[in-house]
Amino acid sequence: MTPATQTASFWERIKATLANGPGAYAFFGLYAAICTWQLFTNPRTSLRTDIVFVLFLLLVFMVYRSATPLWFRGGLIAVLLLVVLPIFGTLNPFYIDVATQAGIFVALALGLNVVVGFAGLLDLGYVAFFAVGAYLWGILSTPQITQINPAWSPVPPIMFYPFVVLGLAIGAVFGILLGLPVLRLRGDYLAIVTLGFGEVIRVLANNLDRPINITNGSQGIREIERPPLILAGFVRDTLGWNLSDSQLYQQFFYFVVLLIVIFTVVVVSRLKNSRIGRAWEAIREDETAAVAQGIPRVRMKLMAFAVGASFAGAMGVVFASKQLFINPPTFDLLRSINILAMVILGGMGSIPGAILGAVIVTLLDLQILPRMAAVLRDAQRAGVPIPAAFDPTQYQRLLFGILLVLMMIFRPQGILPDERRSEELHADDEPPAEETAPPASRPAAESA
Amino acid sequence: MAAEAKATPSPQTGQRSLAEVLRTVLAPVGQMLVFVIGSAVALSLLVTLLALLQIGARPDLLVRTWTILPQVIIDGLVRGFLFATIALGYTMVYGVLEFINFAHGEIFMVGGVVGAAAALALATAGLLPAIPGLLFVLLIIATGMVVSGALAVTVERVAYRPLRGAPRLVPLISAIGVSLVLQDVARLIMTSTPLGFNARFNTPDFGPPIRLFEMNLGERPVPVIISPKALIFVSAAVVMLVALNYLVNATRLGKAIRATAQDRSTASLMGINVNQIIALTFLVGGALGGAAGALFGMYVGTVNPYMGFIPGLKAFTAAVLGGIGNITGAMVGGIVLGFLEAFVASYLSLFTGGAFSGAAYADIAAFSILILILIFRPSGLLGEATTQKV
Repeated sequence: MTPATQTASFWERIKATLANGPGAYAFFGLYAAICTWQLFTNPRTSLRTDIVFVLFLLLVFMVYRSATPLWFRGGLIAVLLLVVLPIFGTLNPFYIDVATQAGIFVALALGLNVVVGFAGLLDLGYVAFFAVGAYLWGILSTPQITQINPAWSPVPPIMFYPFVVLGLAIGAVFGILLGLPVLRLRGDYLAIVTLGFGEVIRVLANNLDRPINITNGSQGIREIERPPLILAGFVRDTLGWNLSDSQLYQQFFYFVVLLIVIFTVVVVSRLKNSRIGRAWEAIREDETAAVAQGIPRVRMKLMAFAVGASFAGAMGVVFASKQLFINPPTFDLLRSINILAMVILGGMGSIPGAILGAVIVTLLDLQILPRMAAVLRDAQRAGVPIPAAFDPTQYQRLLFGILLVLMMIFRPQGILPDERRSEELHADDEPPAEETAPPASRPAAESA
Repeated sequence: MAAEAKATPSPQTGQRSLAEVLRTVLAPVGQMLVFVIGSAVALSLLVTLLALLQIGARPDLLVRTWTILPQVIIDGLVRGFLFATIALGYTMVYGVLEFINFAHGEIFMVGGVVGAAAALALATAGLLPAIPGLLFVLLIIATGMVVSGALAVTVERVAYRPLRGAPRLVPLISAIGVSLVLQDVARLIMTSTPLGFNARFNTPDFGPPIRLFEMNLGERPVPVIISPKALIFVSAAVVMLVALNYLVNATRLGKAIRATAQDRSTASLMGINVNQIIALTFLVGGALGGAAGALFGMYVGTVNPYMGFIPGLKAFTAAVLGGIGNITGAMVGGIVLGFLEAFVASYLSLFTGGAFSGAAYADIAAFSILILILIFRPSGLLGEATTQKV
């Protein structure tokens, strides 16, 4: 035995001890305790807190993937996400904001995953549905509505809750509107048309300030309403937690987003394992054969578009309300590709993959790249020769581009692949006449 | 490309008479002219009709419509040639690989940036006033072609060839990735050099705009003008289109490209090095895109790293409109789309009394055309209906 295999087996043994039985309880318990202690004692926004925060999220992921009983996994994740993270959020508003944004993108990635991953319809204009939801609440909750018709008045902020549901419905309607004309298209044609659709929505948002001012054009809509804090009295008086309004709003949006994410995960995973999910999969793998089997293609494709878009519509309402300000550049193509990168990174068709991809990309966007920029700036001040104009946060396109190309070449099935999907991506479904080198053979997806 | 392959029976000897070559090269140009004149007449009739419908409410509308009509047609033609030259690259690659090279808009952008860099180099060397206009144009076209062609081949080698056997979605996503990378690399290079983010295109003096004639319909005469740059742009585009037609329809390389497009495996059995032909297709398509980029940069006056996206999308629309994979179709589609956009851009605000800004809605018109074409005639204006691969 070579030392290499010995260390490998040693490592395997450690992994086995830490993932099963009493070792796992002790390991995760200790890890959680240390992480929590570190987070609570280091509430500053610094490189160290960044690392601890990433380790904290890694813990959640590891607990999810471990072989411990369901009650332990569920309980620990619930404690981490429902207690530790919100309390830490009261100490440091930055990280709870990152977590909330990550949650928003998790829901979006799960929605896009329905369209791209389950049904195999590449949608490059997905952010349009997000925009529709955001503009719905943005226009109707602000005095912008009086620009359309002076007789109308903004809806009261408490209507936020029904509007989240309405966003779900409006998203679905727009999904069907997009789906109807493009039903006959496949693959790359569909991608281009959805891209064009996304652009149309953005151009409309940018130009619908004349002749009637509907979207306020490129200036965007400001001072979007947030729902009233119903539980403020309960939190302050009963729990004795003296939080400011802005802190309470951060907590509020964190929990709303978490709730929607849980709802999305439940709906999507139920759909995936239902007859509808099987039908999507069949259409994705061979449309002609699926139709021959009696699968209603039109209904199933429209359903994929509608379901995928509805989550984006609902999240759009939450996003507008959380950000207080929206404008057309928020919903550009890069954002669509951003969400697509999440789905591809995690693994098309895989629900945990989409979640993981969304969290990684959001962290990269909001936390890791800005931190790298700060570190580089410090190095620059210390005299290290780095070009003055170089700022990593400005080069997201480059990063996502490289990510997409490398993923396609080396691991098209994603980090956490869906079983059936990865088989499909390995099969050579082009005619065997390919005289070029076949895609480099990769080992079958092994679970991490 | 299948249409041309059928239209030109290849003689046994491989030698063609001059008349035959002329016919294969000029026939597409004639076809294009038919569509140019046809779409110009049809759109002119349409706006006249729209003006007549409103004549009760706004009596001066008809005169105003006709006054700007010649200028709109000229603008549409220039716009159309831009889309046509970019669309050729899409169509070449699609015809051979059945793969939409998403990064083609960025190849076009790189051509523009490289052309601007060459122009800047000439300007800093102090050669700009001395250099003749024609030489300058040839120089920037050449640099654009060389760099963009090489870039297209590199991109094919690095990001597309390893994925040639994979499902269709995979190379498409990789192409999107390449286009993002090219945008940001161009930005990184431009912002860290004297070019800057919005690079100015220094050109020698091409002279004042040429007044073609004056429209005397209204109370004061309105001149119909074309800028010398636009004239250069259009004539260079025509030369490129004719040259490409010659290459594809009348040379051995063209024959190999057509054979590869029809059936890759059989072509390879006939002794064609398919990989080489595909690389050459990318080279030709990329070089055309680069030349178009350099010309467009010169015409507009500035280039920036993100300028390729919208023209790329429009050029794709043009390629689909004409029948993707069909070279004549790409030209026809580009010009029809250019006319359409110019008409929407100029007449929408006129007809709605300034309520809508035409320029923004021209984009929406282009994408609507794309969707309509794909729904009702996916094979495009000139394409033949093909059975979908199962």
